[in-house]
Amino acid sequence: MFEIKRSPWVLHYDGSSCNGCDIEVLACLTPVYDAERFGIVNTGDPMQADILLITGGINSQNAPVVKQLYDQMPRPKVVCAIGVCACTGGIFKDCYNILGGADTVIPVDIYVPGCAARPQAIIDGIVKAVDLFEKRLEKHKEWVRIHGEVHDDPVDENEVREVGTEETKTTTKTETAKTEKAKSETKPKSNKKGKKSRRKK
Amino acid sequence: MRNSIISVAAYLLLAPVIGGLLDGIDRKISARMQRRVGPPLLQPFYDVSKLLKKQVISVTNAQTFLLMSYMIFILLTGAMFFAGTDILLCMFVLSTAAMFLYFAATVTGSPYSTIGASRELIQTIAYEPAVLMSCVGFYLVDGSFEISKIASSQISSIMYLPGVFAAFVFILTIKMRKSPFDISTSHHAHQEIVKGVTSEMGARNLAIFTVTEWYENVFLMGVVGLFIVNKDPISIAVAVAVIFAVFFLEILIDNTSARMKQYEMLKLSWTITLVLAGCNIWVLMLMIK
Amino acid sequence: MIVVPFLICVPLILSGVLMFVKSEKIQSWLAYVGAVVMATAVGVLGYGRILGGFAPIELYYETEIADRVIFAAEIVMMLVVTYLCFKYDKKPVCLLSVIPTVVIAITEFGFNGHETAHIYIDRLAMLMCLIIGVIGGLIIVYAVGYMSGYHMHHKEVEDRRGYFIALLFFFMGAMFGFVLSSSLIWLFFFWECTSICSFLLIGYTRTEEAVNNSFRALWMNLLGGLVLSLGIFYFAFYVGTLSFRDFIQAGIDGNIYAILPIAAMAFAALTKSAQLPFSTWLLGAMVAPTPSSALLHSATMVKAGIYVLFRLAPAMNGTTTGDMIALIGGFTFFVSSMMAIAQSDAKRVLAMSTVSNLGLMVACAGSGTPETIWAGVFLMIFHAVSKSLLFLDVGATENTLHSRDIEDMHGMLYFLPMLSVFMFIGIAGMFLAPFGMLISKWAALRAAIDGKNVALLLFIVFGSATTSFYWSKWMGKLICHPHAEHSHIKDITRLNETVSMGIQAVLMIVLCVAFPFLSKIFVDPLLDEMFGTSGEVLSQGLLYMLVIIICFVFAVPPITYYYSRRIHSNIKLAYMGGINTGDNSSFVDSMGEEKMLWLSNYYFANRIGIRKIMLPCQLFAAAIIIIMFCIILGVTL
Repeated sequence: MFEIKRSPWVLHYDGSSCNGCDIEVLACLTPVYDAERFGIVNTGDPMQADILLITGGINSQNAPVVKQLYDQMPRPKVVCAIGVCACTGGIFKDCYNILGGADTVIPVDIYVPGCAARPQAIIDGIVKAVDLFEKRLEKHKEWVRIHGEVHDDPVDENEVREVGTEETKTTTKTETAKTEKAKSETKPKSNKKGKKSRRKK
Repeated sequence: MRNSIISVAAYLLLAPVIGGLLDGIDRKISARMQRRVGPPLLQPFYDVSKLLKKQVISVTNAQTFLLMSYMIFILLTGAMFFAGTDILLCMFVLSTAAMFLYFAATVTGSPYSTIGASRELIQTIAYEPAVLMSCVGFYLVDGSFEISKIASSQISSIMYLPGVFAAFVFILTIKMRKSPFDISTSHHAHQEIVKGVTSEMGARNLAIFTVTEWYENVFLMGVVGLFIVNKDPISIAVAVAVIFAVFFLEILIDNTSARMKQYEMLKLSWTITLVLAGCNIWVLMLMIK
Repeated sequence: MIVVPFLICVPLILSGVLMFVKSEKIQSWLAYVGAVVMATAVGVLGYGRILGGFAPIELYYETEIADRVIFAAEIVMMLVVTYLCFKYDKKPVCLLSVIPTVVIAITEFGFNGHETAHIYIDRLAMLMCLIIGVIGGLIIVYAVGYMSGYHMHHKEVEDRRGYFIALLFFFMGAMFGFVLSSSLIWLFFFWECTSICSFLLIGYTRTEEAVNNSFRALWMNLLGGLVLSLGIFYFAFYVGTLSFRDFIQAGIDGNIYAILPIAAMAFAALTKSAQLPFSTWLLGAMVAPTPSSALLHSATMVKAGIYVLFRLAPAMNGTTTGDMIALIGGFTFFVSSMMAIAQSDAKRVLAMSTVSNLGLMVACAGSGTPETIWAGVFLMIFHAVSKSLLFLDVGATENTLHSRDIEDMHGMLYFLPMLSVFMFIGIAGMFLAPFGMLISKWAALRAAIDGKNVALLLFIVFGSATTSFYWSKWMGKLICHPHAEHSHIKDITRLNETVSMGIQAVLMIVLCVAFPFLSKIFVDPLLDEMFGTSGEVLSQGLLYMLVIIICFVFAVPPITYYYSRRIHSNIKLAYMGGINTGDNSSFVDSMGEEKMLWLSNYYFANRIGIRKIMLPCQLFAAAIIIIMFCIILGVTL
């Protein structure tokens, strides 16, 4: 009954987005979508957050910030890229300052595409993230049982990568493969939902 | 003696349950006031259990120990209150507890937490006079600071202390950190100082803080009840009703007002304490003479 | 009872010797020996009193020679003050010294009533002696080490440490004389001695600021002395006795000729205890080296005023004087605690809080019921110990950090652990539950309600909130994480300073634990002596509760600390929007450069600073005093 997935707290970080996705993220909390009925709370504090929502691409200035925020979150944690910019760099991909999607600096678990991503898609992404969150708890517990509290779990020991080194590219590939499943699950669904709601209107 | 041991045990065991439920009711009613569905009633318990399961983190180890001290002093306050001892001493222990919270927030040396802590201190001086005034009021009416005597008085204290009661309900908003006085930390979304005093509390530390808040809220509601209770057992039922009414009022205020600046808060709360509680006490003193 | 003249004379002689000893080594040894001897002498006196069951004793009915000596000394003092007034071009001040001397001379030589005891020792006097002897001794021990550190950093100040320590001893002797004497003439003499001591110590550095401040302290204290001498003259003229005890008895009996002198004495006490409108001299006194601030301007001399008010309390209970004094005390308590919030200089905070706490004691004395005096006596004890500890600590910190700004003490626990712990104990003693100040506040509050004094009640209620504000923000400063690298800071506190502070810290804790017993065996009988009734202030249930709280306060933090050591937690960076640069001490600013993080407290200096509210408050308090005298003159004339 007291599963951790009943209380996913969200940290929202705006990379270099056009603010479209941010507005949609906040719209999730409005009476129409009411994300709080799932126990979702938008905290502004990485120390208290479980799910990191990133909107917008990563540029050279905010790369260390995103890494730091990610690092400050206690495990188990899940990262959710909201909108196409956060997924791949989107429309800004070829800008001089853009490094790419959120997964260039931290491991992303869930990709929610859309420009801008619809609230339904975002909530769906979070609900997906929540299941992953529950699963990660087991891994975390296992690790704590064996190694004690002090050390970080191996799951993401190497996850926080240096930007722009040779190593990055290789690890990115492996990491991407890891999260391929979640990706393939989330993408089409959320797309559908997005279209649906558009049609409704 | 036996009664007081039972009530202390009941407080220590039941207060988190009641406090958590009150919190849940708060969130549910708030949601309904905003025409939302809102989280389940047991959401606060889900939150705390999740916080306890997460990785243990902190900014400095000292924070954990100060927070634990904070919790134990709040427990002591509540235990002393429900054991029926001296109410003024209770309030002094409460202020000691508040001090530990201040330390726990300031020890991190983090900017948001420190600003939150400073604001918390200002909140403390905003509400403390009214808290002491209610103790004074009880003493005047019932001739003793002893809670057991106050609770078994002939007539409910509120009959003589309407002004003091109003002032106490007013500062309750400050004490419970509800809007318009949620300046040190907020229960909703994020604000300009992130999470204020709780900024650096993650996982277990936040769980300690939350549970302590529940204990504290139950204690505060107990004080509200003390205004009503007299030696007639029926008054206990009335007290519970009044507590719910006050709690609902707090939620209503919380949802209908924007945040105030700290100076305004201080001025307002002192003025209200001075006018409502001060005049009430003054008139009482004249009457009793 | 040879110990009584010993207590008064030995420090005076010692100070004379110290003035002329030039060798530093001999000076310090003399100071150590003197301090130990004085503390021992007080111990002997106390032991004797315990053996004698604390029965009050009267001594020295015939004191022809001592009277002559005192008179001569008074003339000398007057001449010294007059000389200094002319030297520093403050001529009007000398009038305040000349007139009282003349008035007292007329009183003494024109007086032909019966001779009464000149020395009277009861519990209150004994308590004061203990404070003076023990705290004073410790402060002198500290002063020896402090002064050498002081002169190392303040090369511009002429080294007169022998003179400084001599003055401390001189003051000690005068203070003993003051609390033990029962003759109004003697009382007045020692009163003037302490004023002049304070004046000389404030002017120690001889800078322009010091000289100005010292003269401010002088004229305010001498004004009190003037009014006191007029009161004594009036009383001796109409009632025909010079005994302090008869004086109080006359007040209790409602003798109409005692009303005005009592008001005069209370007024003098207000000046001595730096109550509004006379608080400014105590603030100015902070330019003096720290030991004198600790000894004179917080632990003992300012308590002389309180002591007098306690003595007068039974006579003031329920009178206009009593009510007005209580009002001024309460008002001072509240307002100066507000002003203390706006200070960031540690010594000024301590000064303002001293004024504030003295205000509470004055309010207790003015109410004049056994409960309030009970509270007042405990306030006095706790305040003496913790304040002197705090002053000494701030002095030692200043020697190490070259600053006494509270903002510079940020994270002091990490680089000056010992001094911080002492400071912590001192501050905790000042306001945290269950330490003495708080329980005294509890009693004061109850007494204010019983006395139906709404104004006093409101002052205490609001004042206690503001008091906790400035103390806790100071404490918070000590424990937070340091701003910067601090390995270059070396604790240069000397051994004797450490010993002195350590003893006081231990004393503080012992007092906290022992105070229920202290109340039973010492303070309750003291009230019995004063009021003839033995009201039990602490009920049995309350006593149990206090013991429980004390246990909790001492046990909980260590236990939780121990527990928190055992749980391992992952240390994360503090949250600064994700832009801290590797540790918690700096962040990336908007220009992309690294910037130091600097945290500071709230002070509200432009809202409640001294400049802003001191003058209106002084005017208000002065108005109360004028109204008081108008009413009293109307009644008596």
